[in-house]
Amino acid sequence: MLSGWFIALLAAAYLGLLFGVARFGDARADAGKSIISANVYALSLAVYCTSWTFYGSVGRATSGGLSFLTIYLGPTLMLLCVGVIIKMIRISKAQRITSIADFVASRYGKSQLLAGMVTIIAVIGVVPYIALQLKAVAASVDVLLEHSGSAVHFWGLDSTFLIAAVLALFSILFGTRHLDATERHEGMVAAVAFESVVKLIAFMAVGLFVTYGMFGGLGDLFQRAAASPELGRLLQLDSSRAGTWTSLIVLSGLAIIFLPRQFQIIVVENVDESHLKRAVWLFPLYLLLINIFVLPVALGGLLHFGEQGFNPDTFVLTLPLARSAEVLALLAFIGGLSAATGMVIVETIALSTMVCNDLVMPWLLRSTWLQAENRQDLSGLLIAIRRIAIALILLLGYIYFRAAGEAYALVGIGLISFTAVAQFAPAMFGGMYWKQGTRAGAVAGLSAGFVIWLYTLLLPSFAKSGWIASGFVEHGLFGIGWLKAQALFGLSGLDEISHCLWWSMLANIGAYVAVSLHSTPDAVEASQAERFVDVFRFDQHKAEARLWRGKASLDALVGLLERFLGANRAHQQLGLYAQGRQMADWRALPVDAPFVQFAEAELAGAIGSASARVMVASVAQEEDLGLEEVLDILDEATQVRAHSRELEAKQRELEAATTELREANERLRELDRMKDDFISTVTHELRTPLTSIRALSEMLHEDPRLELVERMRFLGIIVGEAERLTRLINQILDMAKLESGRAEWTTGEVDLGEIARETMDSVGQLFRDKGVLLEGDIPDGGPIVLADRDRLTQVLINLLSNAVKFVPGELGCVQVKIGVDGNMVRVEVRDNGPGLTAEECEVIFEKFRQGGNTLTGKPKGTGLGLPISRQIIEYFGGKLWVESHPGEGANFIFTVPLPASEE
Amino acid sequence: MTKKILIVDDEPNIVISLEFLMKKEGFAVAVAVDGEEALAKVADFDPDLVLLDVMMPKKSGFEVCEALRADPARAGLKIVMLTAKGRDTEVAKGLAIGADAYVTKPFSTKELVAMVKAMLGVA
Repeated sequence: MLSGWFIALLAAAYLGLLFGVARFGDARADAGKSIISANVYALSLAVYCTSWTFYGSVGRATSGGLSFLTIYLGPTLMLLCVGVIIKMIRISKAQRITSIADFVASRYGKSQLLAGMVTIIAVIGVVPYIALQLKAVAASVDVLLEHSGSAVHFWGLDSTFLIAAVLALFSILFGTRHLDATERHEGMVAAVAFESVVKLIAFMAVGLFVTYGMFGGLGDLFQRAAASPELGRLLQLDSSRAGTWTSLIVLSGLAIIFLPRQFQIIVVENVDESHLKRAVWLFPLYLLLINIFVLPVALGGLLHFGEQGFNPDTFVLTLPLARSAEVLALLAFIGGLSAATGMVIVETIALSTMVCNDLVMPWLLRSTWLQAENRQDLSGLLIAIRRIAIALILLLGYIYFRAAGEAYALVGIGLISFTAVAQFAPAMFGGMYWKQGTRAGAVAGLSAGFVIWLYTLLLPSFAKSGWIASGFVEHGLFGIGWLKAQALFGLSGLDEISHCLWWSMLANIGAYVAVSLHSTPDAVEASQAERFVDVFRFDQHKAEARLWRGKASLDALVGLLERFLGANRAHQQLGLYAQGRQMADWRALPVDAPFVQFAEAELAGAIGSASARVMVASVAQEEDLGLEEVLDILDEATQVRAHSRELEAKQRELEAATTELREANERLRELDRMKDDFISTVTHELRTPLTSIRALSEMLHEDPRLELVERMRFLGIIVGEAERLTRLINQILDMAKLESGRAEWTTGEVDLGEIARETMDSVGQLFRDKGVLLEGDIPDGGPIVLADRDRLTQVLINLLSNAVKFVPGELGCVQVKIGVDGNMVRVEVRDNGPGLTAEECEVIFEKFRQGGNTLTGKPKGTGLGLPISRQIIEYFGGKLWVESHPGEGANFIFTVPLPASEE
Repeated sequence: MTKKILIVDDEPNIVISLEFLMKKEGFAVAVAVDGEEALAKVADFDPDLVLLDVMMPKKSGFEVCEALRADPARAGLKIVMLTAKGRDTEVAKGLAIGADAYVTKPFSTKELVAMVKAMLGVA
């Protein structure tokens, strides 16, 4: 039997367990052994799944079928944008961001106005969501008690109020034990991860019970559902609601990072960016698991209860109770309580930080009361403010629950909150990626979006519950038709959420962009914009320090820290900072720009960046840097970066140039070696004839009695060798001219056939002397080519005299053949000499390399004829080569291109 | 007793002039036009001195010189390298592998004759 007291005790025991987990986490954190691993981080993200998920998904599935899934698709997609979230985390760490309000305010020049606006929007937007948790827990208690017939009231108070009070107490114990410079609560994260596991187990247990205990498995359930036309509809995707699906995906995707509690868990509580990589797949997996049995439970409830009219939002409890599975029902109740508690704790802690830092502190700092109590330690006051804020937020939730809660199903209330926090998106994303976004733009955008949200979504929700008159919804404000709250400017046909999202985003983004473009940022804003957008490459310490200039006293700043952090913590942080600057005692620290920055950052951790800035300004005589000056400094930083990039580029260029130089040097050395070899070879070739000439002339000179025959023979050799020497020198010079490109060419149209015939005539005597046959196969009026007549003649003479040199006397035969091959003229000089090996076919075109052949003795020639001929032919765009095999004669072939025919 | 000289060179005109020069001085002369023939002629002709060109087909003068120096029976054979390549490294190489003298082309006939005579101990 479930009595009210038993349920109360069970709930208290569970909350006690959660508290124990949190204390354990805090103790470990204090001992420096953090239990926050990637898995714990990923699980703590599941604070996204509130009692709305636990009870409401089933309710939504009973009316909208699969559309409940959109609320979980959006976050999955958003988490895939890891880069965006990493950037948010990086900025938050660099700027000591403590909440989403702090983030927006800090980006737009540490603006107290913006911080306050974001806080107000967040509180107003999230109150319905908190009300939803109260409603869910209250409803679950009612179900359990009604079932057992117990009284619903304790001491005359309604259970919802009691629940709100307990949760407030619990949140206060959890989140505000002490002030932390970074606003991190490891114990809370551990408890949230724990409750995430509990609610998952509870929901899956109910799902398994319904699917396999009450029905015959998934197949059985879906078959039975499909059999009923009413239920079959739920199993199909409804394409007419695609617009709703899209807006729900967008909304939930934004909510996963912009809901205050999500920002707290994902960004503020993050201890290691790499944890996000685990969350990217583990969190979607969690969502998948917790959603698997939503549709089966919904179908099971509808099939089981039929027309009995049970609230589908409570199927998770009523189905086990219907089969008297009370233990399972209690587990489900604990799961739902768990989900609600986790949400309320994190949400109220995040909101209370915002309320304290961004609403109350700015007001307190201005009030004379605080000035009077100047030296007092304020850390206690800060904690008190937060505790009161938590209590007030839960009270507001309770009031909303009373006012509007009855009119809406769970999902409807949640979406109102989602749409509210979606208003942060333009200012947040713009702030992270668009330097031109200004404070004025952010204020305009947020105001416009918020007003539209208020008018088209929140007020109608009050109207529906009868709390205010509903005229503006039905007939438009002042009876003006196009001001109808849920059909603005005649836009009807959308559901209320899509309608509100469309208009509020249009107004928000439009105002943000338009006002930003038409306003100029002040100095602080411009420097913050730089720090946010360029967080990945901002050289913090350098520019940071230069962006502040002024005078301050150490005592005043230390006093500030003591007041807001408490003396112990302040001295501890000062000590650490002094260590970082290699100083033994913080009392000796110089009061320079970096120190002031440090103090402001420490304060920002406790009271938010906007208030911290005001406080530091109150004790330090800051010289105002003009916008121009700030921009100059930032510009300088940019320039330094640009310079260093330029330097790097120069360095790379230099390296490339060095490599090129080294290669060029190699080539030069190679060329030098070749030149050396060439000179050595030339020397050798010149000395050889000179040797004969000198030896023979010395002998002639010294021996006048030499016989006439010998004398004539020697003189003949001397003349021959002298000619050879002359030829050699001429060819070397010719070669040098060709190679250096200084040869003179007289290019014109020449008849290749005619040249061949003339050349054959001129060398005819050589052939006749040796008895070698010379044949021509040359067409009349042979092909005309563009070339130098003398050079072509030179090539032909060379080839013919080579041929006659190598063919055997009497039997020798040399043929000249000219033909056209495509667009080339092909000239062949074929002999029946000894032929060449494949290696020789290449070698003979190298300088001073002659085809050696002992049969005929050393050939006469310079060894330059063929290299020169090849150079000439290649100059005309042709090729010169030889085809030959040993013993089969050689066929020297060259081609010359025909002139391009003119059209 | 007439000393025997083997002339090894692939340039016919240089062979002609060296042959004439050495015969006139009273030496017995044989001729080879490449490295392989030179080794064969050394075996047949058994010269007292070889005038050896460096740049030759088939086997270079350096290779011939090394082959001859590897044969202990020919320890007394004098080798004079003749080359048109006058670089110091080549002179050093020739002497290192056992040539008795290294003469660059073009040479003075008088000096060559005097050197050959001195090496062979002919007055």
